[in-house]
Amino acid sequence: MPGPAGSAASPPAPADPAAPGDLGDLGDLADVASSNATLRRFLHGLPGVDAVGLEARAQVLGSRSVKTTSKRLAIDLAISMVDLTSLEGADTPGRVRSLCGKALVPDPGVRDVPRVAAVCVYPDLVGVAVEALAGSEVAVASVATAFPSGRGPLEAKLADTRLAVAAGAAEIDMVIDRGAFLAGDYRRVFEEIVAVREACGGAHLKVILENGELVTYDNVRRASWLAMLAGADFVKTSTGKVAVNATPANTLVMLQAVRDFFRLSGRRVGVKAAGGIRTAKDAIRYLVLVNETLGEEWLTPRRFRLGASSLLNDLLMQRHKLATGAYGGPDYVTVD
Amino acid sequence: MLLEYAAAPESRAIVDIAPSYGLFIGGQWRPAAAGAAFKTVNPASEEVLSEVAQGGPADVDAAVAAARAALPAWSGLPGAERAKYLFRLARLLQEHARELAVLESLDNGKPIRESRDVDLPLAAAHFFYYAGWADKLAYAGFGPSPRPVGVAGQIIPWNFPLLMLAWKIAPALACGNTVVLKPAETTPLTALRFAEICQEAGLPAGVVNIVTGDGSTGAALVAHAGVDKVAFTGSTQVGREIARQLAGTGRRLTLELGGKGANIVFEDAALDQAVEGVVNGIFFNQGHVCCAGSRLLVQESVADELLAALRERMATLRVGDPLDKNTDIGAINSAAQLARIEELAGAGEAEGAQRWAPECELPGRGYWFAPTVFTNVSGSHRIAREEIFGPVLSVLTFRTPQEAVVKANNTPYGLSAGIWTEKGSRMLWMAQRLRAGVIWSNTFNKFDPTSPFGGYQESGFGREGGRHGLEPYLDV
Repeated sequence: MPGPAGSAASPPAPADPAAPGDLGDLGDLADVASSNATLRRFLHGLPGVDAVGLEARAQVLGSRSVKTTSKRLAIDLAISMVDLTSLEGADTPGRVRSLCGKALVPDPGVRDVPRVAAVCVYPDLVGVAVEALAGSEVAVASVATAFPSGRGPLEAKLADTRLAVAAGAAEIDMVIDRGAFLAGDYRRVFEEIVAVREACGGAHLKVILENGELVTYDNVRRASWLAMLAGADFVKTSTGKVAVNATPANTLVMLQAVRDFFRLSGRRVGVKAAGGIRTAKDAIRYLVLVNETLGEEWLTPRRFRLGASSLLNDLLMQRHKLATGAYGGPDYVTVD
Repeated sequence: MLLEYAAAPESRAIVDIAPSYGLFIGGQWRPAAAGAAFKTVNPASEEVLSEVAQGGPADVDAAVAAARAALPAWSGLPGAERAKYLFRLARLLQEHARELAVLESLDNGKPIRESRDVDLPLAAAHFFYYAGWADKLAYAGFGPSPRPVGVAGQIIPWNFPLLMLAWKIAPALACGNTVVLKPAETTPLTALRFAEICQEAGLPAGVVNIVTGDGSTGAALVAHAGVDKVAFTGSTQVGREIARQLAGTGRRLTLELGGKGANIVFEDAALDQAVEGVVNGIFFNQGHVCCAGSRLLVQESVADELLAALRERMATLRVGDPLDKNTDIGAINSAAQLARIEELAGAGEAEGAQRWAPECELPGRGYWFAPTVFTNVSGSHRIAREEIFGPVLSVLTFRTPQEAVVKANNTPYGLSAGIWTEKGSRMLWMAQRLRAGVIWSNTFNKFDPTSPFGGYQESGFGREGGRHGLEPYLDV
């Protein structure tokens, strides 16, 4: 076990998108997406998910005990996985610069806080973020493809993506076409992801499934596979803009899909849980899910992210409490 | 390790174990007439927890007499009055839940997560459930005014000490019987604490009597002519002796005995949850479960995939300190049981089955057995036929639903079975053909006081739980 994290967690390595075009060795699955019929047959042939059993398992894992030293390590790990996010209609250059300031110096009084993984903004504000974060290791991520609904023409989605990448986004969070998915037009969803991936160039692609609109866990598993087959670097739970976002159970389904996909293809796909994760306790619960489903190899910002805005401050407050024994409260962390 | 779990032991300070315990007879504590006593140990550390009186024939006689004396007043109470006592007991179990859970884990070796989340809530639920029946017996379908049987002699096992006590005592009292209960030799402490709770609840003296001891104490209770009804949960071997002894006496008997439950996984099952269910089916409570899914029947077409996932999952099971909240598998209850598990596992290897267990560090002291799975098992192997009552899974394969039914039913037992399929019609088709008292689908080891539980063939007869659970305690 590593020593207490007073020495600061080692700086997380930068994201490692697979080389473009490298989709792992899919073997028999190489042409599974050759038509909607084959794709449909494959996705519907995946093992089903029993909702009761899944939720029970997620709940048991939620009761693992992470305290004191292990909590300190877990909090630093969680901070290093945060995609600090602001996705509001009211976002302004000033707001984004302030967010970037927070990303660079999460806790002004404390120097050993690990940096967050990325700042996530809308495409038109990517340039502002890139400028504000210049010279740092914090990546700029941008949502794209008519986020959050995904209801736009393909040309617009691709242009959205290209502009964000051109402005300097290193990571693109795209949304899938849930309408097409629910209509059974899997091939269309697949092709769109492939096209966006091409438009990303060297940028890292996270594919948002929007679990809250897919509703069933079977759908979440199918959509995860669909995205991975199409070349996603990450699968992401949700936009944060609908009623149900990341839950331990729907994230667990995605982690299991990633595990199965890795077994088959040898390719390691990341997972991002986003929306509704507000407390350090919640965040640690997700780390436990990752740990017991995918293992240590995924306990890195390269393979697991937490998309959140208010989470960071709770992590900092808990960190402060562990370090000093006193809970400072919200007045002792910066609100940006 | 990047993410190490912190040890989270439940504090022992909450329990107050006396250095010695007597017998609880007629509302009084008294030593055994012969003065004998035995020790009960913590199986996780081999530490002696307390010394407990060894009841003999004279003590059993006194307990039965006390129960007999209490019977007229207790059975004469209006049902609603008896219900008040049962509700009170249920609430007291809840109030003392934390303490009882720790005590159970100390004496039995089961993980605190299970005693806290399963044993205690279910034990309280049983009292609540049968409290509700106490004033509604006339509507239970056993005649307009069903009468109690009388004095019940109840013998319970060590795998779920307090829960089995609840299964036995709650329906008996609700129906107006009085009881003499003998807890298992290795796990008497929660029953003794329950006796104190009966005092706290103001339960009339003699309604519940607790006589601790070994098999000879149980035999004396069974043999006592003043016992109108015997209820036994335990091994098939002892159950058979009891049945022989009671035959022709007119005294009533229910038996809940061993099992060799089949957990049947079809190719269309939700595999991740099936793996969880298989793990829960055999490793829950260290496999010390009469209805454990100790035979895994998996469809050949998904066998490799399922077994790979199962091994991977087993490697994450945490074996160790039962009082640690992170522990998945605790200690084996006794040296004798450990020896039996080791003997049968050895036989499995000798007969040619392939043994596998994840690497796991077992504590140096106490009784431990790593979660183990046997593949290449054939129906004739001992590990496929005999109840191991430990964390040992035997895997067999099948090709068609018909074959699954034949193999699942090919056992002298018939207590439980599990069916894993996403296809409702197949699940129902299977359930109609499996000879087992309890059939779970897409889950395993789920218990509820409203649901009857019991077996076929050598797994015993009579039902506990639900409306059916009233019948053995009513003179019908």
